[in-house]
Amino acid sequence: MIDKFVASAEAALADIPDGATVMIGGFGNAGMPAALIDALIAQGARELTIVNNNAGNGDTGLAALMKAKRVRKILCSFPRQADSWHFDALYRAGEIQLELVPQGTLAERIRAAGAGIGAFYTPTAFGTRLAEGKETRRIEGRDYVLEYPIHADYALIKADRADRWGNLVYRKTARNFAPIMASAARCTVAQVRETVELGALDPEQVVTPGIFVKRIVRIAPSLKKAA
Amino acid sequence: MKKLDRNQMAARVARDIPEGAYVNLGIGLPTLVADHLPKGREIILHSENGVLGIGPRPAPGEEDEDLINAGKEPVTLLAGGAYFHHGDSFAMIRGRHLDFAVLGAFQVSVAGDLANWHTGAADAIPAVGGAMDLAVGAKKVLVMMEHLTKKGESKIVQRCTYPLTAARCVDRIYTDLAVIDVKPDGLHVVDLVEGLSFDELQRLTGVPLKKLATAA
Repeated sequence: MIDKFVASAEAALADIPDGATVMIGGFGNAGMPAALIDALIAQGARELTIVNNNAGNGDTGLAALMKAKRVRKILCSFPRQADSWHFDALYRAGEIQLELVPQGTLAERIRAAGAGIGAFYTPTAFGTRLAEGKETRRIEGRDYVLEYPIHADYALIKADRADRWGNLVYRKTARNFAPIMASAARCTVAQVRETVELGALDPEQVVTPGIFVKRIVRIAPSLKKAA
Repeated sequence: MKKLDRNQMAARVARDIPEGAYVNLGIGLPTLVADHLPKGREIILHSENGVLGIGPRPAPGEEDEDLINAGKEPVTLLAGGAYFHHGDSFAMIRGRHLDFAVLGAFQVSVAGDLANWHTGAADAIPAVGGAMDLAVGAKKVLVMMEHLTKKGESKIVQRCTYPLTAARCVDRIYTDLAVIDVKPDGLHVVDLVEGLSFDELQRLTGVPLKKLATAA
């Protein structure tokens, strides 16, 4: 019997090695798998390459992982925010590498990895400093930049509900990067609010089919209000 | 002359967004346009984090942390709205499905080059978000910005000195002084604020402007 439910976040992340590339879903707090990030901090893997739209907010989650000096490199589109002080300090001290990627190119590089695409041409960033050193090509009168997929060892995502086959549905804009990250990683771990019986999810409404998901951890919604 | 304030600028942009348009409003000043869209006109707002059909701000206490816009502010969803993932969201943008993107800017050149993501300062921490995708992808790119810097220099320039977001992408510029179309043969003034003459606008702007035949 297939059963992707795992008892704890700790057990779900136990095998992440040093040097792994880890995608983390979420856009701001929406869709951020906070319990999985906390478990990654506790787990201890170092020299990580992280893929996320941002570079951490405040003192918790991804920001705490970076503060603990566990991140070697981050790929993201929007690191600088009012409360990204841990990233800012590490970046200014030269203690973290940044690969800045336009948001749509970040999404498409992730999608391409999951879809088995070797590379693609995008019009985004042509003629800008983010395309410096990259191959370009004019196709039917329009200029494009060659971009390569981003593969990951793990993707840590948050969804709303899951069944034991790993089918996922999301809630509102918390979906953001999760479906494409799920497809781009060798091992996708989803934190979900609720687990349900097989057949309880409407197949017409499954957003991420279970083939993209390896492990599911149910995390009951916290009673405390988010700070 | 009477400079437009931020809300007046937003109202001026909103006036030009037609019924049925799919529109992305950038973070900051462009977000204000949503408050000024004419009542009764159906306009569908897109946000790059994965939502079409954004409604008004939620009432205090009604915020939902799973329902936000690209500025990470809480929003609501209109009946008929939809959620989708980032891959699809940027397919809408790059695939030329959005009718308008309204973006802020540091500088716009006479050729319509846009600089809005980086000041070029050596110690600045860069952040680009979806700006480059929106600039190349939307059918029309509208820029909203103050006409002059705090030092009184024109933000409309011969060549951008700040790092580019995209070349030759801006269609129309809305400032606190004027509305200006970017065309292959140069910059055409569409509107001037009350009490500002074309010659005075020309003096403040520096780069050559043309009078649109219909402009006052």
